[in-house]
Amino acid sequence: MKQRISALFLGTTLALAAGGTALAQDKTVKIGVLTDNSGLYSDLGGAGSTLAAQMAVEDSGLAAKGWKIDIVSADHQNKPDIGTTIARQWIDVDKVDIFVDVLNSGVALAVNNLVKEKNAIMINTGAATSDLTNAQCSPNTIHWVYDTYMLANSTGQALVKAGGDTWYFLTADYAFGHALERDTAAVVVKSGGKVIGTVRHPLNSSDFSSFLLQAQASKAKIIGMANAGGDTTNTIKQAAEFGIVSGGQKLAGLLLFINDVHSLGLKVAQGLNFTETFYWDLNDGTRAFSKRFSERMKNKAMPSMVQAGVYSGLIHYFKTIDAMGGNPHDGVKVVAKMKETPTDDPLFGKGTIRADGRKLHPAFLFEVKKPAESKGPWDYYKLVGTTPADQAFRPLSESVCPLVKK
Amino acid sequence: MQALYAQLLVGLINGSFYALLSLGLAVIFGMLNIINFAHGALYMMGAFTAYFLLNLTGIGYWWALIIAPIVVGIFGMILERTMLQWLAGLDHLYGLLLTFGIALIVQGVFQNYFGSSGLPYAIPDYPQIGDWRGLQGGINLGFMFLPIYRGWVVIFSLVVCLATWFLIEKTQLGAYLRAATENPTLVRAFGINVPRMITLTYGLGVGLAALAGVLSAPINQVRPLMGADLIIVVFAVVVIGGMGSIMGSIITGFALGVIEGLTKYFYPEASNTVVFVLMVLVLLVKPTGLTGRAA
Repeated sequence: MKQRISALFLGTTLALAAGGTALAQDKTVKIGVLTDNSGLYSDLGGAGSTLAAQMAVEDSGLAAKGWKIDIVSADHQNKPDIGTTIARQWIDVDKVDIFVDVLNSGVALAVNNLVKEKNAIMINTGAATSDLTNAQCSPNTIHWVYDTYMLANSTGQALVKAGGDTWYFLTADYAFGHALERDTAAVVVKSGGKVIGTVRHPLNSSDFSSFLLQAQASKAKIIGMANAGGDTTNTIKQAAEFGIVSGGQKLAGLLLFINDVHSLGLKVAQGLNFTETFYWDLNDGTRAFSKRFSERMKNKAMPSMVQAGVYSGLIHYFKTIDAMGGNPHDGVKVVAKMKETPTDDPLFGKGTIRADGRKLHPAFLFEVKKPAESKGPWDYYKLVGTTPADQAFRPLSESVCPLVKK
Repeated sequence: MQALYAQLLVGLINGSFYALLSLGLAVIFGMLNIINFAHGALYMMGAFTAYFLLNLTGIGYWWALIIAPIVVGIFGMILERTMLQWLAGLDHLYGLLLTFGIALIVQGVFQNYFGSSGLPYAIPDYPQIGDWRGLQGGINLGFMFLPIYRGWVVIFSLVVCLATWFLIEKTQLGAYLRAATENPTLVRAFGINVPRMITLTYGLGVGLAALAGVLSAPINQVRPLMGADLIIVVFAVVVIGGMGSIMGSIITGFALGVIEGLTKYFYPEASNTVVFVLMVLVLLVKPTGLTGRAA
């Protein structure tokens, strides 16, 4: 399962030649891409995340400055126990400094504790649960791309404003689904809407007709899908089949990725509203990166926001340790430094990292294009709204994270 | 009460897939004594064949129903000729491990090239007669909105299941097959080519899996892991019904679909587990399965 990619080698002679100061500093880094390499989320992270990490290493230019950076990657199979076992081995035996991706909220929360205990670093770009920067926040973790609070805030509010004031939730029955449902329900109620029911389905179900019939019978105006990946695409497809959308109810994809839209096809996905923080076709910077990325992917896929986050997070990490002059192998120290430094990369633009570990950037509300509006594969989104960085995420005043000084 | 009827019907629809798949497994186990773990991967190949037929050659759903089982069936027969036949007479475990390995390889190859999210395949919109658009749309039954396609799945798979049962239990060919399982040497002495019959039987079982794959393509995404997700449940169905019992696997398939549907209504969190709880209960009370013969 484990794939080792020796990213870069550099003659030690170079380092020796550089003189005494270089010798004193340890310039080795090991990156661990812990992700779903084989299951329902593997298109969102998986091999693409490893590729993004590789591209970050190449683009950082650290090799030329005498750094030696290795990447390891492994499949946590969406199981927290497997995830922590791998993580433990990586930290204890393989001396991994930094974890990236770590999608699946169940796995992320488990690894979060371990990383804190061992003083390593996690830049989480894949998991959704907002607990990572709230009740479970840690001085070793940065939550980079998105979270359930942000998704709920952006999509939920927009839909209630548009008249969708009664909600029924179809929720994946684990940490992520529960968090997404909880955060969205709060936004719905706060915006004057009502939640009239919820049904929880096991992760990775193939048939949603029973659940959809219950949602249909509830007569709620909005059916909120608090699930992700293959679960969401199957729900959307089967909802069309059971005449839910033509019957006047609206589906709300609370977490959708570009890969899901690609998989559904525009004919089924058109008109869906949802929130992401990255889209390949946003500006010249995102387009240039995505084109390079897609050329190196086996299925020529454009990067998901999770994969883009791996790149962006690592670029910031590399900048920080380079400025520190060497790798102190001390998670708390590096993360504190990363929080002090403003972020800037072509994918997410300029941003900051908050005391609770939350990376701040704008959230984009997208609508899926009609087939006629699309110019070709992967041309899928229309931007319909932007929430500025300082309003997109949970305000610190609502935070229960002990790292936040009040 | 209305909701309950709807759940029963939905359960029956899922049961159709369980029945078709477990029937194929039962045929293969009954005749070849092989626990075919590659069944899920072959089911997935059926769906992918339908997808390729449509997108590469423009051949639509109705032809795919015939062509995909043949194509995948031939692939299955090649597997049987080149690999499985050497395992005849060995412990079940060898067949299980070999087919499990094949399944992993096939799934890995597909996932490598097509990712995990899957590909779209639409419900056929032809023939168009009056207001009918092929199998698209649905009928309002009063207690639920029944998609026409789902209704078609139930009826079609019921017909296929019964036809297979008839072929094996009631025809001359079926009699040869059953005899060849009991005593291959004696049947060979009558001048019947037993190895060829075995190959064809494996092809038939595999074809049934591929057919189920084509049927499910418009409902689910065409995904490399679609079979892996389903196969474990289907194995539980076969165990409950009794390994090798044709009628048993058909009836259990439909029945378990209904039970699962009811669980999704009354206690949805347990819907992925209920089949296995039943399996444990059946194994405790009647280890040969509900309709199975003693090994």
